[in-house]
Amino acid sequence: MAKTIANYFDELRTTRAWRSVFRSGTGSSTLHRALAVQQNIFLHLFSTKVRRRMVSFSTTWYLGTLTFGTFLILVITGILLMLYYHPSVPQAYADAKDLQFVVSSGLFLRNLHRWSAHAMVFLVFAHMFKVFYRGAYRPPREFNWVIGVILLLITLLLSYTGYLLPWDQLAFWAITVGSNIASAVPVVGNRVHFLMLGGNQVNANALLRFYVLHCVILPLAATLFVAVHFWRIRKDGGLYSHQTEPKTIAAPAAPAQTASTKDRQ
Amino acid sequence: MSEEKQDKPAAPSKEFDRRAFFVKLGLGSLSIAATGTAVFAYQFLSPNVLYEPSPIVNAGKPEGYPEDSVTLDVNSGIYLIHTKEGFFALSAICTHLGCMTAWKPELGIIACPCHGSKFNRDGEKIAGPAPRPLPWLRTWVSDDGDLMVDRSTDIRPMQFVRV
Repeated sequence: MAKTIANYFDELRTTRAWRSVFRSGTGSSTLHRALAVQQNIFLHLFSTKVRRRMVSFSTTWYLGTLTFGTFLILVITGILLMLYYHPSVPQAYADAKDLQFVVSSGLFLRNLHRWSAHAMVFLVFAHMFKVFYRGAYRPPREFNWVIGVILLLITLLLSYTGYLLPWDQLAFWAITVGSNIASAVPVVGNRVHFLMLGGNQVNANALLRFYVLHCVILPLAATLFVAVHFWRIRKDGGLYSHQTEPKTIAAPAAPAQTASTKDRQ
Repeated sequence: MSEEKQDKPAAPSKEFDRRAFFVKLGLGSLSIAATGTAVFAYQFLSPNVLYEPSPIVNAGKPEGYPEDSVTLDVNSGIYLIHTKEGFFALSAICTHLGCMTAWKPELGIIACPCHGSKFNRDGEKIAGPAPRPLPWLRTWVSDDGDLMVDRSTDIRPMQFVRV
């Protein structure tokens, strides 16, 4: 009988090279499947075990996952765009035009970056509304809501800093207006404005500062907080589902909650 | 705490003091280092030299501005205005959020495209969100007979330059 693809995979899993990378062993027992998650650096942030209902579409509408998906698209397309973009006053606008009209697939990548950015802002808000209206921000998840608010701010700052980079009229005046709003802050406003732009007007220093923020500092901060955000889902008792929550209103909260939290981890 | 101190001999109490001293020393050094880092960061992020255009603008010969005219120079962001009373320069930067305003000859007003602020020819606000009138800028005639404007120095309105 001919071998199926599954057979080939089973064979691959028994090889020494495979075993040196994935040490959880072979087999489809609950233990092996749990170990495969627990011993993987990326997956170990998540619970080893979830109820089927929790990963169904209706529980979360996958809004958080979709947000993370757009973030990944933005990182990949952003890195590719960086290969052709110089953050300098004489070149920035010309490079943006080159990406549109000269570079192969440049138009596609630039548009993908732009539309994913819009989608990410939309999805972050949708995710937060969903969490808010389902009450999933309530204890013990209140700290993860705080991290979510930080991630919202980082998302908006990423959008704002990215807006300047094409260096066209829209970018220039949007950042002029936006940075002047910062100088309306009492006492320190003008200093904040000066630090933000690295000068008194939107110029070469401002372009470079916004570029570094957009391409290095803010994405690193976002990555860090996303990791904590995912990890806290497990630590706070898994994804929120109304049906599985302890009845905090009917009974005293503390003992019931700890018991169910242990169950789910 | 006080009871324990009384019970114990002098030596351990001295040792406690030494530990407390080092804890304070450590925390003190850390806070000095943290303050220093904050000051260092602030100074590093504030450029000491700016490669920005000079605030003083040479607007050229007064003859280039006929009487009763308003001329906007988009590069320097100033209006050079010649009236019966004389010449004066007005900042073209909206006092609301820094957009470049434009002179509307058909209406005889200065209007901001961003949020709809309107000013008259003397810079006084007519409408819109702008909190202040457009500032008058220090204007003089150079030795070569050119009109000079200092964009960094505001003056009281109605101080005309006569040539």
